[in-house]
Amino acid sequence: MVAAGIAGYGVYVPRYRIKTSEIASVWGEDGEKLAKGLGVFEKSVPGPDEDVATISVEAARNAIKRGNVNPLDIGAVYVGSESHPYAVKPTGTIVAEAVGCSHDITCADYEFACKAGTAAIQTCMGLVKSGMVKLGLAIGSDTAQGRPGDALEYSAAAGGAAYVIGSENLLATIEETYSFTSDTPDFWRREGEDFPSHGARFTGEPAYFRHVGAGAAGLLKKTGTTIDDYDYFVFHMPNGKFPVAMGRQIGVPKEKLEDSLVVRRIGNTYSGSAMIGLARVLDIAKPGSRIFVVSYGSGAGSDAFSITVEDAIEERRGQVPTVDDYIERKTYVNYSVYAKYRRKIKALS
Amino acid sequence: MMSDRVAIVGAGMSKFGELWDKSLIDITLEAGMYSIFDSGVSGSEIDGLVVGNMSAGRFTGQEHLGAMAVDMGGLGSIPSYSVEAGCASGGAAVRQAYMAIKSGEHDVVLVLGCEKMSDVSQTEAMNTISVAGDWENEGMFGATFPALYAFMARRHMMEYGTTEEHLAKVTVKNHANAAHNQWAQFQRPVPLEVVMRSGLIADPIRVLHSSPVTDGAAGLVLCREDLAKKYTDTPVYVESSEQSSDTLALHNRKSITQMDAVIRSTRSSLKEAKLTINDIDVFELHDSFTIGEIILTEDVGIAKKGEGGKALDEGITEIGGKFPVNTSGGLKARGHPVGATGVAQIVELVLQLRGDAEKRQVDGAEKAMAVNIGGTGATSIVHILGR
Repeated sequence: MVAAGIAGYGVYVPRYRIKTSEIASVWGEDGEKLAKGLGVFEKSVPGPDEDVATISVEAARNAIKRGNVNPLDIGAVYVGSESHPYAVKPTGTIVAEAVGCSHDITCADYEFACKAGTAAIQTCMGLVKSGMVKLGLAIGSDTAQGRPGDALEYSAAAGGAAYVIGSENLLATIEETYSFTSDTPDFWRREGEDFPSHGARFTGEPAYFRHVGAGAAGLLKKTGTTIDDYDYFVFHMPNGKFPVAMGRQIGVPKEKLEDSLVVRRIGNTYSGSAMIGLARVLDIAKPGSRIFVVSYGSGAGSDAFSITVEDAIEERRGQVPTVDDYIERKTYVNYSVYAKYRRKIKALS
Repeated sequence: MMSDRVAIVGAGMSKFGELWDKSLIDITLEAGMYSIFDSGVSGSEIDGLVVGNMSAGRFTGQEHLGAMAVDMGGLGSIPSYSVEAGCASGGAAVRQAYMAIKSGEHDVVLVLGCEKMSDVSQTEAMNTISVAGDWENEGMFGATFPALYAFMARRHMMEYGTTEEHLAKVTVKNHANAAHNQWAQFQRPVPLEVVMRSGLIADPIRVLHSSPVTDGAAGLVLCREDLAKKYTDTPVYVESSEQSSDTLALHNRKSITQMDAVIRSTRSSLKEAKLTINDIDVFELHDSFTIGEIILTEDVGIAKKGEGGKALDEGITEIGGKFPVNTSGGLKARGHPVGATGVAQIVELVLQLRGDAEKRQVDGAEKAMAVNIGGTGATSIVHILGR
């Protein structure tokens, strides 16, 4: 069977940031303590004219340019998000047209809380491996919602990542993938509701840790590898605390996780989270490095990937902005502006 | 036949903690089975069942727990019911079973205490617990239990010089004990400075001064004294069971730095058992908040009034001290599934008196006392046990 892997990747993070301490001051909380406890010091905020479609387009353009691929070779486009601008009408079609795909494509939007984007990668891997398409475009992107005053407001952020999945001229090979899925209602948003609900502490042990842990264990078993075989680890980042605790639980050395922890400075970009973390590692990893990724989606499930960086990655660096370029490019806003941009002011909507 | 004394021949409990994958029925049956297996009593010999539970109706949407336990536990058609006395529901269940046997009406009674608290939101859990206070005059105005215990702590600090460090020392001690209790929710020590830095809930009460939201169940098998030796070589006897009530609302009491119901019920239980406080080797005292344990050590008579903090400084309530308190980890570290707590206190003392408490064993313990409180002290139920 042909190999499948990453032929191109790119990210996009909106420029606006709000500090955890700024949000905390509105709700009478101790910002410094909260930021340290959560492991989130500031989060990205989408501008008033940004949504999942615009973020996905930016990320996809970066991925295509970096991969030096012809958008006309893309045969499938999948956008994973829990903040698609339309309930009915795909984001994927907007993205496909905007990046110059042909009309001879299959396309759909995905939703699986924070792991819809990695599910899109898996779908594209299947299509590429079976020869049904030459290239697939998998995107994870969100402008995540957090109810004002809720714990989620400190982490719910915006950003996205796009991966061109192919079998030739790969920047990194995806050797194997494994998923773990169960019906676990830890976090949800019903049709028509503006903000999600969550099961507070229930989102931890029985949800995130169980599924990410089982995803990791399943992939190690499937590949016959151990933690020591990998140079980098990426776990979904609902906050800065969970991935670190997850790593500790399964014996990942801290330094192997550190490079992926983008959550500290941009917050939880939901469907973009693990995919942006992976992109940051791809930005710096040497050819031959092995990367272990586990995404997580509430509801609940995890997608785990074993990835090896290829030589070609080095010559494709510098073509498009890196994750750090986007992280450093920032303009702080206060809570009032944030409330306006995020349409939290009722009289405005 | 009237029984002179009542014996405890079986004790068991479920793990305490956030038991996401278990239901109220699961944990209640688990505790029941462990206690029955421990007793050697056969199911058909049990002729009555009492369940201690505070609010299964709100926490899990299930009431009529007596019938539930008899049905699911395969105990046939024996009489059963649940009793409620706020956070003292477990103690009340033990006392009901004790009286049922003592009166001669029953021979062998299974007591279960249970609460499944983690299935509702934290706000709902807090509101549900709060109704053990005076809801119309306290809870409705925001005076939740942390707030009420904060009043008690502040006043105790003002009157007697008790410090925040004293509040923290109770936590440190009880966590150290729970580290050796395989059933406890928090089986780990916690350093003093971590307690002192933990989040403030209601000044001066911090998160780590407070018992947690817990799922758990505990069970006991009680029987007539003359039957006890048939089942076990190491029966534990209920030397006395006493109960007293006080005003429901904290603000109606003469003093908020003592619990009169505790003073009355401990004095009468010692008298009934013909013992003095110095005869008691090990205690389980209701530490829903750590200031509660400090106040109870005074009201029970371990420390003089106002010297509960000093007792901690001197280590007399540690294992190895003169009056070890909460060897199980207490409500703070074993966990506080409200209706199960009073039963779990007795389970711990039974283990202590049998010499089965392993690394937390109080050497040569002969007599033991449990004090189970409802609300801020509106109910106090005291049991003295002996071997």
